[in-house]
Amino acid sequence: MALITRRTALQLGASAVALGASGGFAFAQSNIKTADATPPKLDIEKGASLRMLRPVRFVQPDEEVFRANCARFTKETGVEVKVDFVGWEDITQQTAVTANTGAGPDTIIGFNEAPHIYTDKLVDLSDVAEYIGKKYGGWLALAQKYGKKHNTNNWIGLPFGASGGPLVWRKSAVNAAGYDAPPDDLDKYLDLCRKLHAAGKPPGFALGNAVGDGNGFANWLIWSHGGYLVDPDNKVAINSKETVEALKYLKELYKTFVPGTIAWGDISNNRAYAAQEVWLTANGVSMYFALKKDPKLAAIAEDTQHTLLPKGKLDASPMAGLTLNAMVFKHSKYPNAAKALLQFLLEKEQYDPWLQANLGYWSQPLENYSASKVWESDPKISLFKNTMRNNFWIGYKGPISQASAAANADYIMVQMCAAVASGQSTPEAAAAEAERRAKRFFRS
Amino acid sequence: MTDASLSTWVHRRAEPSWLGRLFDSKPFLVVVCLLPAVGLLMTFLTYPLALGIYLAFTDTTIGRPGIWVGIENFTYLFSDPIFWGAVFFSVFYTAIATIGKFGLGLWLALLLNNHLPFKSFLRAIILLPWIVPTVLTAIAFWWIYDPQFSIISHLLIQLGLRETNVDFINTAWPARWSLIAANIWRGIPFVAISLLAGLQTISPSLYEAAMLDGATAWQRFRYITFPMLLPILAIVMTFSIIFTFTDFQLVYAITRGGPVNSTHLLATLAFQRAIPGGLLGEGSAIAVSMIPFLVFATLFSYFALARRKWQQGETND
Repeated sequence: MALITRRTALQLGASAVALGASGGFAFAQSNIKTADATPPKLDIEKGASLRMLRPVRFVQPDEEVFRANCARFTKETGVEVKVDFVGWEDITQQTAVTANTGAGPDTIIGFNEAPHIYTDKLVDLSDVAEYIGKKYGGWLALAQKYGKKHNTNNWIGLPFGASGGPLVWRKSAVNAAGYDAPPDDLDKYLDLCRKLHAAGKPPGFALGNAVGDGNGFANWLIWSHGGYLVDPDNKVAINSKETVEALKYLKELYKTFVPGTIAWGDISNNRAYAAQEVWLTANGVSMYFALKKDPKLAAIAEDTQHTLLPKGKLDASPMAGLTLNAMVFKHSKYPNAAKALLQFLLEKEQYDPWLQANLGYWSQPLENYSASKVWESDPKISLFKNTMRNNFWIGYKGPISQASAAANADYIMVQMCAAVASGQSTPEAAAAEAERRAKRFFRS
Repeated sequence: MTDASLSTWVHRRAEPSWLGRLFDSKPFLVVVCLLPAVGLLMTFLTYPLALGIYLAFTDTTIGRPGIWVGIENFTYLFSDPIFWGAVFFSVFYTAIATIGKFGLGLWLALLLNNHLPFKSFLRAIILLPWIVPTVLTAIAFWWIYDPQFSIISHLLIQLGLRETNVDFINTAWPARWSLIAANIWRGIPFVAISLLAGLQTISPSLYEAAMLDGATAWQRFRYITFPMLLPILAIVMTFSIIFTFTDFQLVYAITRGGPVNSTHLLATLAFQRAIPGGLLGEGSAIAVSMIPFLVFATLFSYFALARRKWQQGETND
């Protein structure tokens, strides 16, 4: 059993990278169970070649293993695959152009809602999804939500993974405040934050125009109090007594934050945490790795723990992951080849090395991949393996749509919270304003 | 003999080819010479502008082409407090920043117009803030204004003048003033150097004559320098107002329009609605609504500041 895993390989540096078929890494053998399932008959078109877009990597091995996997597909099927890695801010717009012009890449791994916006321009992926789902123990809740067309069993997207932002906290500070871990109960959580503040080790959550962290916090706040932006019929439902209650809670909670969080962007909390100005925040796994890698900050990493966001009034921790969602366009001349490629990439021979190469940045969409060795590489990241198990998505409880994505990108929830935290609006006025703005996006 | 040679050889001008005739034709030349310029302008200026104006009257989103909705986008915007907030801040930002830039820029120009040691070197340094790409300026100010890691806060705390970090961009008014300060810092060199060029065209004999008449320094400025500078002041101010009003990078990089939309300029709000928010039609409508302000600013500079009697510093024509 190779305990010399990719971390050792990483230390060997770039020279090791070029070796071998799967990008040169010695991957741990994960025990991924499979069930019997018959793959769909995909007649790969003669002379097919594919172009794919996907978001750029978090870590270098991601790209290498992904390219190696595609090269293996070419070797087995003879289909040339050209993969372009696109900046995160650009992929949504490039997907839009591809869908609207009917030209360009055959398949795109986009984010979250993309397949739901261009449903009528996409190839149905149900056969592949059902086969892969059956073989690997079933798709997890978030994957089902993002993969299937609303209220149907038709798959229009194939989720490749998700990245979540749970609580990140300093064990020493939380323990000194009299808690083993941040509690699920909202009152106790507020008490913890007050004690941390009093100890000069305050919490801090982004309330600025930060797409990831700001929305993550605002969504948690509203959801954990039972509120939501739209109801299942796509009616705006943000102006509710639950929302007002959540905002009143925020007024108290905000007093415990480190000053300045209304101006925070997506990386502000990482910097503040590394500088020991903030002792409790929410973030993806990237922050922990950044601390762990830096010898000067390793002590902070040592003292760092991850737990799920407090459940509040719900029975599950509400957190929506950023989801990679693959789609195949109808304009592709080789739809079967494209489907075969996605299916190939989701098979364990390809998917597990890729998952491991990502070190935990992306979490799997399929049940059986929970057994991947990546989640044993460091006990502090094992929590991230459940990212796609949760039942919350951006735009909860409505259908996934352009409107929910736009409401997220336009910071409706975050600004509602920030307006109350800064004392600019009363909770009631802020909820009404959010309703007014959301109605603009959700008009039919 | 002369007769014979005349009759045997008559020089005839070669009949020009059709190409030659074509290039001799003036209308043709006019068209050919203008075509590249007109083509470039049409492709890169007129077409995007027309498309932007057209989009403002549709409900186009990034995901799908829209339909004509008339002035619906504008009626919505007129009822949208965030839009009016952006209008207010755009005007306020432009007004205060322009006053600041011209006050300080003129002062700097007057200083630099004196005989100083290392004059050319100083003039070169003055230009630096303007030469640096705006985004770099923005990032530098973003660090300077950071709620946790501001160098200014750090210094003030080290000097014992403050106990806590300065709130630069966490609340509405401090954020607005901080952005204006950054814009002024960046805009001064342009004004100072332009006005310096203007100052150097003023004939020294005017000052000598005034001094013989016993004019004070203030009188020399008021009755010679200022009126002589007005024409260039008008041009520089027009440019400055347009640049400031359409500013995007500083605000987007430092606050992204936050806290809670209090520092959105029309340009940043248009981008936010159109690209991240996906509402191309509404974003275009916001951009189009900048046009009247810009036209007004331009007309004001040309017709008010460039009037001849102002230039002469007197009321007679």
